[in-house]
Amino acid sequence: MTALTAPTQAVAAPDEALAPIPWRGMTWVTWRQHRAALAGLVAALGGLAVYLWVSGLELHHDYAVAAACRPAGSATCAALASAFTAKNSFLTNGLVLQVLPPLMGAFVGAPWLARELETGTFRFAWTQGLGRRRWVHTKLAALALVVTGAATAMGALFSWYYGPYFAPGNQALGLPRSTPLAPGLFDLRAIVFPAWTLGAFALGCLAAIVLRRVVPAIVVTLAVYSALAVAVGGVLRQHYLAPLVTRALTVPSTAWVLSRRWFTSAGRPRSPAAIAQALQQGAPQLAGKGGVPDAIGPWRYLVRHGFVQVTTYQPAARFWPFQSIEGGWLLALSAVAMVVTVRLVRRRPA
Amino acid sequence: MNVVETRDLGKRYGATWALRQCSLAVPAGHVVALVGPNGAGKSTLLNLLVGLTAPTHGHLTVLGGYGAGSPHALDGIAFVAQDTPLYKNLSAGDMLHLTGGMNRRFDLAYAEARLAELHIPLGRRAGKLSGGQQAQLALTLALARRPRLLVLDEPVAMLDPVARHDFMATMLAAVTDDGVSVVLSSHALTELERVADYLVVLSQGQVQVAGAFDDLLAGHRLLVGPAAEAERYAERPVVHVRRGGAQAQLLVRAGGADPVPPGWEAHPVGLEELALAYLRQPGSSALPGPRPHRPAEQATSAP
Repeated sequence: MTALTAPTQAVAAPDEALAPIPWRGMTWVTWRQHRAALAGLVAALGGLAVYLWVSGLELHHDYAVAAACRPAGSATCAALASAFTAKNSFLTNGLVLQVLPPLMGAFVGAPWLARELETGTFRFAWTQGLGRRRWVHTKLAALALVVTGAATAMGALFSWYYGPYFAPGNQALGLPRSTPLAPGLFDLRAIVFPAWTLGAFALGCLAAIVLRRVVPAIVVTLAVYSALAVAVGGVLRQHYLAPLVTRALTVPSTAWVLSRRWFTSAGRPRSPAAIAQALQQGAPQLAGKGGVPDAIGPWRYLVRHGFVQVTTYQPAARFWPFQSIEGGWLLALSAVAMVVTVRLVRRRPA
Repeated sequence: MNVVETRDLGKRYGATWALRQCSLAVPAGHVVALVGPNGAGKSTLLNLLVGLTAPTHGHLTVLGGYGAGSPHALDGIAFVAQDTPLYKNLSAGDMLHLTGGMNRRFDLAYAEARLAELHIPLGRRAGKLSGGQQAQLALTLALARRPRLLVLDEPVAMLDPVARHDFMATMLAAVTDDGVSVVLSSHALTELERVADYLVVLSQGQVQVAGAFDDLLAGHRLLVGPAAEAERYAERPVVHVRRGGAQAQLLVRAGGADPVPPGWEAHPVGLEELALAYLRQPGSSALPGPRPHRPAEQATSAP
């Protein structure tokens, strides 16, 4: 293909420089065209933020009351603890909020470009004096900035909201303590939440220029994002750094436990059936102590009878390294998707 | 200066050549009518001119030597695409400001005065305007950019006769007042004869006719004579033969000075007639310059 892209230096007078077009103009254009979508975004996120703020204040209050209760473990304190635990329990695992990045990405990222192509207005936009390169740069940058900014603010709000679940000392007070690496909570905080949102936005832009239709672009964005999120949460994330391996029966409650397996002292895996059989044999001994049985009593019994438990886990201290790794590759992926989008906009034949 | 200059320009979509071997040199100051059947490559040529798409083959410059789609070309060319795409949810006034924000020059006062004259309310959404008003708004946006070349792709196809007339009047006023060159594609031959002065006929992706109206009309004659003798002119540059009973009408490439055979009458030809004759005979061509006239058989068997 011998496409003619550069201006030929034939008859034209020496290229007198063209006056630059002020950024203000194109910024206004971007704002005017997308203010409805941005207002919708702000309204939806604002509503959610108010809800989280109000219920977060209650959550923090309930937590403070439960944490201050003495003596810890008494019936009164247990009631307060379960009041805290039950508060907004549908939010506790963070799964509901996982829909935010794909929705923000798909509904802001895909339509702004796909609608131009679907309705034919790109023929208007790309033939103005500004040129399509400046057009796509300005719009992409402005929208990416707004979406990422909104996601950063939401991420900060989530970090505050979920603060009590990660507080040290919860265990001593009989309160649940989550691992900061827990799937569902890890990706709502810090770097990773805005990174996922930007990734969804960039995917939306790429789907839009490839598919050139609004609805298919949104659907494909949601599908690809979901597949990626499931793959990362379920498989990829636990391999960012080699997991720690221990034979100890207990690991810190803040650790993200990946697997627990029983072996013989010779290192051969023990089947669940063999474990059940061993426990059955020891049952009289285990039950005969009376009172509340020690939670790890059966495990100790197994260890005494030649079983070895091997636990692999990621310690909580790896929160920031993991945030950096995931945020880093997501930002790189977003950058690639946006660069490809810009290239395609500039090359795409009408 | 040639506002459009192409040399062996070709554009292929997949395996199909939408345009090929297109060589044109259109001087500034003309209103160029681009005609041809559907699928002849008119929109492809216009999209190439405005830089929306890149050629597969050949060379194309605009405004006296700038590459199509280069900053200078974008700055000096205003384009109104087919079906006049506008942002339907924006008001006419917002469309003015938006276009102003995307260009170095934008004559807001002209645009507002023009819309007031046309009774197009600035506050009304573009999508709520009538077809004629939308076309006028699109044309106003293009003209307010003060372009050197205006490119219009089937601008009046969807309009009623009054709206068509008004649209063309606006365009002609710009041509007269500002000396803007125009390239305009349309099926409305009668209308084109009124507004244009340069004809380009495209057929099956190739340029069939290119030239100023005056030159084309001076170079063609309509011969009327006995049908039985029509075959005798097979070796002459006959564009089109029409038989009606005992009489035959031959459109031939011949000037006023060329001899008229005995028994035949020569008449001057009208532009619509000429364009129609070429459109009916995709094998014939009338091109300026060194390119010789090619007989029909040769042209259709070209690769």
